[in-house]
Amino acid sequence: MTHSPGKPVIRARSLNKYYGDFHALKDVSLDVGEGERLVICGPSGSGKSTLIRCFNALEFHQSGTLSVGGIEVHEDSREIIRLRQEVGMVFQQFNLFPHLTVLENLTIGPTKVLKVPQAEAEAAARLYLGRVHIPDQADKYPHQLSGGQQQRVAIARSLCMKSRVILFDEPTSALDPEMINEVLDVMVELADTGMTMVVVTHEMGFARKVADRVVFMAEGEILEIDTPESFFRNPKTARGRDFLDKILQH
Amino acid sequence: MTALPPPPAVRDGSPERPEGPGRPAGGALRRLLRATPTQVGLYLAALGAVIYASYAGANGMGYNWQWYAVPRYLYRIGSHGIRPGPLLIGLGTTIAISAVSFLLALVLGLGLALLRLSGLVVGRALALGLVEVLRNVPLLVLVYIFYFVLGPVFGWSRLTASIAVLAAFHSVLVSEIIRGGIASVARGQWEAAASIGMSRGQAYRYIVLPQALRIMLPPLTGEAISLIKSSAIVSVIGVAELTTTGRDIVSDTYMSFEIWFTVAALYLVLTVLLSFAAGRLEARLKQEG
Repeated sequence: MTHSPGKPVIRARSLNKYYGDFHALKDVSLDVGEGERLVICGPSGSGKSTLIRCFNALEFHQSGTLSVGGIEVHEDSREIIRLRQEVGMVFQQFNLFPHLTVLENLTIGPTKVLKVPQAEAEAAARLYLGRVHIPDQADKYPHQLSGGQQQRVAIARSLCMKSRVILFDEPTSALDPEMINEVLDVMVELADTGMTMVVVTHEMGFARKVADRVVFMAEGEILEIDTPESFFRNPKTARGRDFLDKILQH
Repeated sequence: MTALPPPPAVRDGSPERPEGPGRPAGGALRRLLRATPTQVGLYLAALGAVIYASYAGANGMGYNWQWYAVPRYLYRIGSHGIRPGPLLIGLGTTIAISAVSFLLALVLGLGLALLRLSGLVVGRALALGLVEVLRNVPLLVLVYIFYFVLGPVFGWSRLTASIAVLAAFHSVLVSEIIRGGIASVARGQWEAAASIGMSRGQAYRYIVLPQALRIMLPPLTGEAISLIKSSAIVSVIGVAELTTTGRDIVSDTYMSFEIWFTVAALYLVLTVLLSFAAGRLEARLKQEG
């Protein structure tokens, strides 16, 4: 089933980004629709992470145009803070705040940034902890949790900000194998709620199950955008075939 | 096949355990309690030798010990009960000067550190200039400049001038400590703070500085102790703190050995108490995770 994307939440046109001489993004154009689940895959160094880090202004592109949630993203924008409130991010290394309890990790954004009253923020945080299946770890510190639990807290932290879009930057790559599924399960459930998700991952099972479209990148370029069925069955480029051969070998 | 690294050294046969909730005591006290009889014996022997040498030396030069006369400089018993004597009042002034200077040094140091970390070229240059001047001029000269030059200009009293000079001098090292602490917080923490919509100021306040504080606490304690010690230098401009009081008493009574030993002991008690308190605080922060 192909999801028919609503009006685009993210709209990128001919993005180019350089790190010194290194051309990290080459003429990247992409629309992500409201409610769409997009998976970005490709060999390491292909610019996937760079691209989604541009989407919430952790990095800036040097040419081209990018609008996210109706806000034009560029280095001098005064609306970057507002943009980031619309777009959540889940990092490979979780990046929970180690000096705060799980509950405080979830409430600090809503209370300090969105000025939600403490009690309301806590109630919401407990609700989302339930949604990621760790309702009873609220008072622990991050280092007392397993990697899988920490990543689920990180997902809940994004949810607490009521983001319109959540970006996932290789969310399972730093996890022990036995914890990958508990995180993917939460992400699948999240997809079922209609959340707009852009996921950089090598978990092709996840892509097959939830993605509306798969974007394949190599060397800073988008080489293919296709439905998962069609991309996995019949990649159109040699690079795509090569990539799938390598990761689906086992 | 790669060789395994050697196991961590185990001291005194008792393996180092990580600090748990049941073990809050500071490191110094634990080491003291774990000392072997040989270590205690050696320590006592060394201490005895020092005391004996100073007594023998003093007696050799015909020094007239008057320890009995010292307590009245510490406290006085009168019709109003027990009142602190001049040395304790001086100690109080030392504590007050040190405390106010250290708080100011923290504020100034934080400002300098943020300026140096900021993207402002002018701010960085200004901070760097201040740091170089304060670091490369002897403290004694700075005391004279603050008292004899800046004092008249701004209408500072001796006390204000001494607090200002101590705060300025120590703000430099404090700023280095703060800068190091901030730099040691992982980049991912900044990004996570940004990704939940925090401004730079909010990220500093709620995420980065609280984490940096744990790293900064031990060196900041060292800096506070160093400030207490360097506060003695303001005796050259006649602020009535502990060292000035000691000097005045010595010039009145000629009891130099007794009074200077007592003054040293008072500084020692103050600094040891401070480092013990900091050790407790550190242990508590560590438990929180």
